[in-house]
Amino acid sequence: MSTVVETPAPVVPAGPAPARSRAGAARRWRRVVSPVVLVLGWEAAARAGLLSPEKLPAPSAVLATGWRLARDGILAVHLVDSLTRAALGLLIGGGLALVLGAAAGLLRLGDDLVDPPVQMARMLPHLGLVPLLIIWVGIGESLKVTLVALGAFFPIYFNTYAGIRDIDERLVEAARTCGLGPAARLRHVVLPGALPALFLGLRLAIGAAWLSLVVGEQVNAQTGVGFLMMEAREFSQTDVVVLGLLIYALLGLLSDLALRYAERRTLTWRRGLRAT
Amino acid sequence: MAARTAGDLTRPVLTARAVARTFGSTVVLAGVDLTIAAGETVALLGGSGSGKSTLLRILAGLDGEATGEHVLHGTAAVVFQEHRLLPWKRVTDNVALGLTGAGVAARVDRALAEVGLADRGRAWPAELSGGQAQRVAVARALVREPDLLLLDEPFGALDALTRLRMQGLLRRLRAEHGFAALLVTHDVEEALLLADRVLLLDGGVIAEEVPVHLGPAPRPDDPALGALRRRLLDRLGVPTT
Repeated sequence: MSTVVETPAPVVPAGPAPARSRAGAARRWRRVVSPVVLVLGWEAAARAGLLSPEKLPAPSAVLATGWRLARDGILAVHLVDSLTRAALGLLIGGGLALVLGAAAGLLRLGDDLVDPPVQMARMLPHLGLVPLLIIWVGIGESLKVTLVALGAFFPIYFNTYAGIRDIDERLVEAARTCGLGPAARLRHVVLPGALPALFLGLRLAIGAAWLSLVVGEQVNAQTGVGFLMMEAREFSQTDVVVLGLLIYALLGLLSDLALRYAERRTLTWRRGLRAT
Repeated sequence: MAARTAGDLTRPVLTARAVARTFGSTVVLAGVDLTIAAGETVALLGGSGSGKSTLLRILAGLDGEATGEHVLHGTAAVVFQEHRLLPWKRVTDNVALGLTGAGVAARVDRALAEVGLADRGRAWPAELSGGQAQRVAVARALVREPDLLLLDEPFGALDALTRLRMQGLLRRLRAEHGFAALLVTHDVEEALLLADRVLLLDGGVIAEEVPVHLGPAPRPDDPALGALRRRLLDRLGVPTT
């Protein structure tokens, strides 16, 4: 599991800024070219009849299906159910990981008691637990939420642990000489010091949560984006299947963007290196 | 932050008796006795590994495994060799760390002004130069109005010019506030320029005590300073010709 390495970025002397940003803009545009060409080629191939609609419908057809389902309100219902499962699983798995990771990171006793079993459990691919989980919690909602919680647990646990362990002991000492007690040290030194790692853990956890959701929703779901896809497969509605994939991708992208934004807002002190 | 009255000078601000510390089988401090009077500046000199920083950490209450006793009459603040500012707090918040009550902001502003950084309060520590960050660390100690300032090679990581300026700053602040100071250093000249008394730590005990009478603002070319320097360097085992 990755940890955050806090190397202060060297202050780079400002070069010829306008020229550099122009080159940067040109490069950004160039990077858009190949995806656009791929989508256009896909569309053209579908329209020319090279791709049968049963195998891969045109992107325009997928979007039209999406618009139809959204208008009917069907999409919203399934989306809300999927989001609820993801949020609930994240909350349970992430909350538990935060508590256990903090206990193991802060206390020697916690480290000795909590860390060994977690390290052992980490070796299990949590998606491989589906058969066992079906026996334990059934095939209902709890299966989906449990899978998401399991997926979210490990990244948050390890990054909480590493974030706390990576805090400079000398800063804690300085805080002590300033008269800060354990609670105040936790608030002013440990929490802000571990925050970059916590953000990283959360980003990885959200990625794992979507992945777990995709797998979980293919097991006897009655609602959700995954159910939409499985149902569509039975009726060979390939456009709905592709739409489901698109929605999963968008969910992942949007959550990552939102989190990066929150990270930038919260960790301004790290940007401070470049601000002046 | 009023200067203490002359009457305080008779009372010690710190007394330490038989302070000892071992790391495994290595004896670093073998029983150190130390008294610092109010308003007095004591330099603690010693080679590297002589235990001078260990002693300071014990006196600062940062070492729970030391034996012996030390009593502090009043408050102490510490300035470390590294600035040790919290990177996620702006300069003012770093200085104000752990302070509560009304008027903290004004006290912080005053302390920053005293170290010449009144306009850098909103900066992040990463935006400061080494000397500026160390001055903030001095302000963070100063704002607590300590009776005793513990300085652990506070200027050791700075370049020569900045170090001279910081020594001047420290002398001025001490004259204004009258705090006592324990200065750990390996720089004989710095010890002689700043201290009223130099203690030499060797073999885990205070091996020599040298009173310095060079006046309030000694000049580096004072001949008396040269003699003292030669004596201390000899004692530290550095050949002087």
